[in-house]
This record gives sequence, structure tokens and C-alpha cells, in this order.
Amino acid sequence: MKAWHFSENAYPYLPPEDEYESIRVSLPNRHYDPKKGAALYDRYIDEWLIAEDEGVEIMLNEHHQTATCVDPAAPLVLAALARLTKKARLLILGNPVANRRQPVRVAEEMAMVDVLSKGRLECGFVRGVPYEVLPANSNPVRMNERQWEAMDLIVRAWTNHGGPVSHEGRFFHHRNINIWPRPYQQPHPPIWVSTTTPGGAGRVGARGYVQATFLTGYKGTPAIYDAYRKGWREAGRGNDVPVNRLAYAALLYAADSEAEARAGAEKLLWYMTANKVPLHFCYPPGYVPTQVHAQILRGAAIDQHAANRANATVDKAIEAGIMFAGTPDQVFRQIQRMYDYVGGFGHLLIMGQAGFLEHDETVRGIKIFAREVYPRLKEAFPDTAISGHQEASTARVVA
Amino acid sequence: MTISIAGVDLELFERGQGDAILYLHGGGGIASDAGFLDLLARERRVIAPSHPGFGKSSLPDWLDSVDDVAHIYLELMDRLGLARADLVGFSIGGWIAAELATKTPERFDRLVLIGPVGVKTGRPDKLDIPDVFAMPLEELDKLRFHDPAKYAGSFAALSDEELYIVARNRETLALLTWEPYMHNPKLKHRLHRVNAPALLLRGASDRIVSAEYLERYAALIPNARIETIAEAGHLPQVEQPAATAANVLRFLNGKADPSGARS
Repeated sequence: MKAWHFSENAYPYLPPEDEYESIRVSLPNRHYDPKKGAALYDRYIDEWLIAEDEGVEIMLNEHHQTATCVDPAAPLVLAALARLTKKARLLILGNPVANRRQPVRVAEEMAMVDVLSKGRLECGFVRGVPYEVLPANSNPVRMNERQWEAMDLIVRAWTNHGGPVSHEGRFFHHRNINIWPRPYQQPHPPIWVSTTTPGGAGRVGARGYVQATFLTGYKGTPAIYDAYRKGWREAGRGNDVPVNRLAYAALLYAADSEAEARAGAEKLLWYMTANKVPLHFCYPPGYVPTQVHAQILRGAAIDQHAANRANATVDKAIEAGIMFAGTPDQVFRQIQRMYDYVGGFGHLLIMGQAGFLEHDETVRGIKIFAREVYPRLKEAFPDTAISGHQEASTARVVA
Repeated sequence: MTISIAGVDLELFERGQGDAILYLHGGGGIASDAGFLDLLARERRVIAPSHPGFGKSSLPDWLDSVDDVAHIYLELMDRLGLARADLVGFSIGGWIAAELATKTPERFDRLVLIGPVGVKTGRPDKLDIPDVFAMPLEELDKLRFHDPAKYAGSFAALSDEELYIVARNRETLALLTWEPYMHNPKLKHRLHRVNAPALLLRGASDRIVSAEYLERYAALIPNARIETIAEAGHLPQVEQPAATAANVLRFLNGKADPSGARS
């Protein structure tokens, strides 16, 4: 198993929550102090470098017009990390390609980072969360179709080495595609795609890309992984789906004592409690299936923010499988339980910093995990294991 | 009745006798206009399609603009053997009507645009039409109804099938109007071709289509006049169906006072 330190570059210094409508999209940037922001960038990059020193890989993502993730141009931070790091794999998860007007430009940015890092890029593509469509002015209808056309075009731009080719598709038009540089890794960097529903996972499986899911817990993850494995097999990739095709993202905080772990875990819950977003930003027309949209109009929409706050306790989050927290032993057992329940995964994406979890606390969490949990994970869950319920347990017996 | 055109299975309502009105509904769909259609049909033949992706009309993958919809309707007129017609369009339907009237002006005798969108005439740094996709539904109701309290929570009374159509209408509206928002930048440079007399109507309490917007819209059409429906918002056919129908029919039947026309 590979572990990845993921930080959203949050800006937590906000006014009281009842003084603003939304932490995303419409929160005025007068609440952002560039001097504090500069210090935060330094700090978050330092934490990634410490993760690398501890043998953990690096992951970052991109959001727009939000205090929850002040990384609206993730390729820029990725470029900085490419020069500042030496050995860690660099995962961007991901490029919001349904909202990017020029997929070929994305192909160029990613190829450049791959060369800068001498082949350490892991390139993720995402559809983008619903609150991203307004910042991008991106039509929420037909986003999946745009995402897939963009991804295929990017792969073509990466792998074409014979001079200009053209693309005249449904959404994107390029008459002269001939990117410089081309990727360092051949034929191209590993591709990841994230989803939180089974719908798209089958298609990702058919391509054999890495499928990541975020905070889907015991409830949502099995169906997504099942859909992925089904898509993989139906595409003729063979019966065995390697665990390293599947990734799971959770909040994680490990500490020497239960009390210290709980204190850190409480702070990580900011991920859930701070995400105050009104319904009209959460459900732009066309983003969710029409049937779901209709039920939301009827008033069936869950107030996600209220639900999150009500459920944002460390115990509930652990029980739901969206958080692993405790002593190294406890964290190992929690991950093992999730691993067995979902049929195995090869990548653990660690949401290891949030809100007011301070630098020294974040670093202690990274170090305890890296030194006392990670070696056990690598031993218990080898990258060569096969995913799927029976296959996974067989593989573990053999291991 | 359904007619198939270029991959669109078009749901079509037709009622009444007399000279034809091609009736183009607004972004909310045609379901709420039934009573109003009956009023028009007392004096005229009314042909009212659900736009592609609205109501029960299908939405092919290739279709994504108001211009596409206008071309479907030119073909619809041919299929129905309508050499000429009057046009009545609400909101986005007014936009479709304006596009039609620029493409084949000779086929339209009179044009009624009610709370129409479709042009951008104001400053670049201010939306001409408020962003209906970035506000709570209650807020939207305040902008579009003279008396929002009367229509609050009206979704609750709808069946699942009706509500599915409402949701789908919203999605198609987003598809067609998201960018450029609620307008075709070319349209204002084409409206000079409209030679039919045009009536631009607006509910006095409409806060989606402002009085200033309608003034600037009318100024782009060679022979246009403006009238206002009292105690109505963006859907005067729902809030004031009788007054709206009377106004529309008076104009279409040529009884309007020609001295009020701009020319």
C-alpha cells in the first residue's frame, strides 16, 4: 500500500460562520489576508516536504473561490513541489477538465511537471464538485461528456510524437496539437480519476485508470469498487483487478496516546463542519441526475452542512469509515477493517491537515503515521494483492 | 401529438381555429400556460411546441443553443404547411421568436415578445438578467412573481412525473442559456431584419426582465412598441392571464393603436 499526504491548503481565519452565506463561491476575498496566506503556503509546502522525508507520497487538489482550499491553480503548486522534492510521487487529483477550456493546455502543464519532476507525476482528472461551475462559468449540463472527451484528448496529446495532429470533437477543437515538452514517463504518467458514485467507476475500470473515492466510507465505497472491477473485467482486462488500481481518501490522525489522537482528530473534522454551502450552489441544474434534481425541488435535499455538523464527532466518523484516528495500533486496525470490508485498496489518501490543526500537530501526525503505521500497512497489504473480497483475503493469507 | 425533426421528437399542442400563432413557452415549460393557451385559442389557431429538452420533447446530443431550437421551428412550420404565422414568445421563448424573426422575417406577420431575453445591451460589468442559477428558489420567486406568496411551495403539489419535467426544464434552460448568459451576442445585430410590427410586453413587477432592458430591446427592432401588464411579474400569463391574452390578441388582430408604434 502507498500512502499519500493530502492537504487542501485551507485558509481557516474566517469570521463567525453566521456572518457569511457560504464558505465557497460567494465569500468575499476581503476575508483573505495575503500575508497570512503567504505564510500558509510556506507552511503547507513544508508539511509536504516533511511527508516526503518520512517516505510518504504527496497529493494535492484544486478548488476555486473557496477558503476551504486556496489552491485554484494546482499545477503551479505542483511545479513548485516538482523542484522542491526529490523522490516522492506527486499526485494531482485532480485537474478539473470539465471546467478547463483547453485540454491541450492541461496536457502541456502536466507534461511540463512530469519533466520537471523527472517522471514523478501521477495525473488525476476530476469532473469537479458542483460549486465549481460558477467560478468556472462552466455549463453544469453534459459535464461527464466533456470530461471524457478532454481526458482522451489529453492522452492523445501526450502520446502523439509524430508532429501536429488535429481534434474536432463535440466540445473541443484543436487543429494543431504537437505539445512540447512531452511527458517524461512513457507512454504517459499514470492516470487517476475520482468519483463518489458507482456511475462513472465502470468506465474508469474499463480504461484501467486508478479509481479514487473520497470519504465514501463503509456505506458508499463497496458499490464504487464493485462497479470499477466490473468495468475492468468487462473490458477484457482479466479477472484480477490489482489493488493498486483503487484508492481511498479518509481523514487520518495518529498519535502516541488516545487523548492526543482524539484532539488532533477533532481538529480534522473542520473538513466536515466548515463546508457551509447553500443548496443553490450545491445543485446546479444538470449536475445531478434529473430524478435527483426533482426530489431536491420537492424539498428532499439534505442540508449537508447541518448533517455534517450533527455527525461530526470523531466516534461517528470512525464508525462511518471516513476517519482513521487513534494510536498506531488502533489506526492500523481501522484501516484493516475498511480494507477487508471493501475488498482492498492500494492507495491511502490521507487528509492529514485541516482548519486549525497547527503545523507541529500536523507534522507529529505525519511522523507517527509514517513511522508506526505505514510500515505495517506496506507489509500487510502488498501492492501485488488482488482486489475483491475473496481474492483479497486469499492474497493476504499468501502474503 | 409528436413530430420528429432532426432527431427531436417534438411534443406539440394545438387548439383553436383561425390564423396561426406559433406559441413559444418560457424557461419554466408549457405546463403552467394551459389556461392562457385556451384564452388565445378562442380567437386563433394556437400551435404550441414544447422546446427540445422541455416537457416531453426529446433532446438530441447535438442540440445546445437557442439558435438550434429556432431552426427546428422553421422546419416545424414547413412540416405543418404554415407559410406565415404570428409569433408569441415568453422569456426564452421570446428569444427564440426574435431569432426566428431575423432568419425569415417575411414569414411572420406580427411578433409579441413577453418578458423576452436574448440580447445583451447593458454594461459588460453588470448582468442584464439576474443570475437565476445562482440564487435560492425562494429568491427567484420574488423576482418572477408579483405575488410570490401565492405561488410559494407550489412544487409540493406536483406529481413525481410533473416535477421530473420541471427539473428537466431547468436543466435544458441551463444548457441553452448558461454562456453567453441569456443572450446571443449576434442577435442585436440581426434584429434590424425584423419588419413585422412587434409588441414587447412586460409584467410591471418583473424583476428578471427590467423596464430598461425592454426599452433597449425594443430600440433594436424597427417597428416595436412596449406595453405593461399591471400586477404581474415575469409570468403575466400565469398571474394575469385574461389581461395578457386581451393585450396579445388586440395587437395580433391589428386593433392596436398604430400611433403608439415606434418606427
